[in-house]
Amino acid sequence: MQRRLLLGHPQLAITIGRLCQELIENHQNFENTVFLGLQPRGIYFAERIKARLLEFTKAEIELGYLDSTFYRDDFRRRESPKRANETKIDFLIEGKKVILIDDVFYTGRSIRAAMDAMIAYGRPAKVELMVLVERKYSRHVPVKPDYFGSQVNTLDSQKVLVEWVEQGVADDNVWLITNEEQ
Amino acid sequence: MQEQLSVKHLLGIKDLTPEDIELIFQTADEFKDVINRPIKKVPSLRDITIANVFFENSTRTKLSFELAEKRLSADILNFSSSNSSVKKGETLLDTVNNILSMKVDMIVMRHSSPGAPHFLSKHIKANIVNAGDGTHEHPTQALLDTFSIREKLGGVAGKKVAIIGDILHSRVALSNIFALKKLGAEVMVCGPITLLPKHITSLGVKVELNVRKALEWCDVANVLRIQLERQQIKYFPSLREYSLYYGVNKKLLDSLNKEIVIMHPGPINRGVELNSDVADSDHAIILDQVENGVAIRMAVLYLLASLSKN
Repeated sequence: MQRRLLLGHPQLAITIGRLCQELIENHQNFENTVFLGLQPRGIYFAERIKARLLEFTKAEIELGYLDSTFYRDDFRRRESPKRANETKIDFLIEGKKVILIDDVFYTGRSIRAAMDAMIAYGRPAKVELMVLVERKYSRHVPVKPDYFGSQVNTLDSQKVLVEWVEQGVADDNVWLITNEEQ
Repeated sequence: MQEQLSVKHLLGIKDLTPEDIELIFQTADEFKDVINRPIKKVPSLRDITIANVFFENSTRTKLSFELAEKRLSADILNFSSSNSSVKKGETLLDTVNNILSMKVDMIVMRHSSPGAPHFLSKHIKANIVNAGDGTHEHPTQALLDTFSIREKLGGVAGKKVAIIGDILHSRVALSNIFALKKLGAEVMVCGPITLLPKHITSLGVKVELNVRKALEWCDVANVLRIQLERQQIKYFPSLREYSLYYGVNKKLLDSLNKEIVIMHPGPINRGVELNSDVADSDHAIILDQVENGVAIRMAVLYLLASLSKN
């Protein structure tokens, strides 16, 4: 197994800062905006975005966690079933501008499932998508992120791994992982 | 962490590992959240057909399974033996094979004969969920009971649970004993000596004949119904006498100097095993049990369905 660094700690901080500036451009005072971090891995990125925006704007934006396990289209088609995670949304999304936040954007199927899961909580006025890493040319459904940290060209056999210190690793890093036999 | 169940069918708690039960609980936590949303339905089982095959009467369990299946978007067939070809002499295996040839993926079955779902599991491919087999097991009831204890008291391990009433005829009692022991609880059974199975202590439970002593000992009392329909002979003189010696009422609970949680799997015979002043009090979590039943059954169906590949 080979791992190549895509984004290291300092670049990651710059990228998060830049994404926050883009959000400020589009949402100004964030009056009607809420965040939904996608379980299981998008929640760490979402928490970082929320924290950095608080530094920039003093705006406390509501953040919920959304799990889409029960809405996936690959149930009974995977080798092992996916484990469900907690959905925690302590606010109404009806009429809000919702920004879905995930770490890696690959086939787009998770986002499709997440949108189904989200609709069970109400009808947002608008939905946007923010991802940290977009894997190019690998879409299975017509979904595109509105904000992305970086884009990479990858093979299907490769994997993008995002690590955060909150998960117990030494440093924030984004890796591209290649299995050697390929 | 375990990702899937170690069994293909849910025939009884006896076959489950503690990890299986924990996985079911954790999945049920998420489903409990789902059934409290404005839209209470998820599309997970939209390509699955489930037959509810009930050879014995049921209200709560049947409704609960049916609701769980609907909340998971499964297609449902309902079958009850009272108005079917079983009356014309069809065997169990023939009946079920006929249902399966209509492309059914899962069977939820209640039968008056102990072991009926186990027999079926040896002959058919579909996943089977036992919704009660005679006086043997009622696994989803035990799962929802222990899930309700976990919810109310924060855990099951180390808790003292007394099961009071007709232990001899109760599948709920047996499944509950298995589940509680696997999760590390202490279990006591209490009832008239005639309604306690002879070798019950071999399951590692305490036996108590005095209901007051049982209540003084326990954190949770699971009060069972007297199953008159299964009693071929008289096990006690009269219901009035049973109620006098084994009925749980407010006066008895007030005299204990401690708070205990009261459970009942339903249907309640008010005034016999449980008085209304207890059944409707804050001590009772009877209606929470019913709500949790839907979440638990969703979890069981979901986890079993995930084992069969499309």
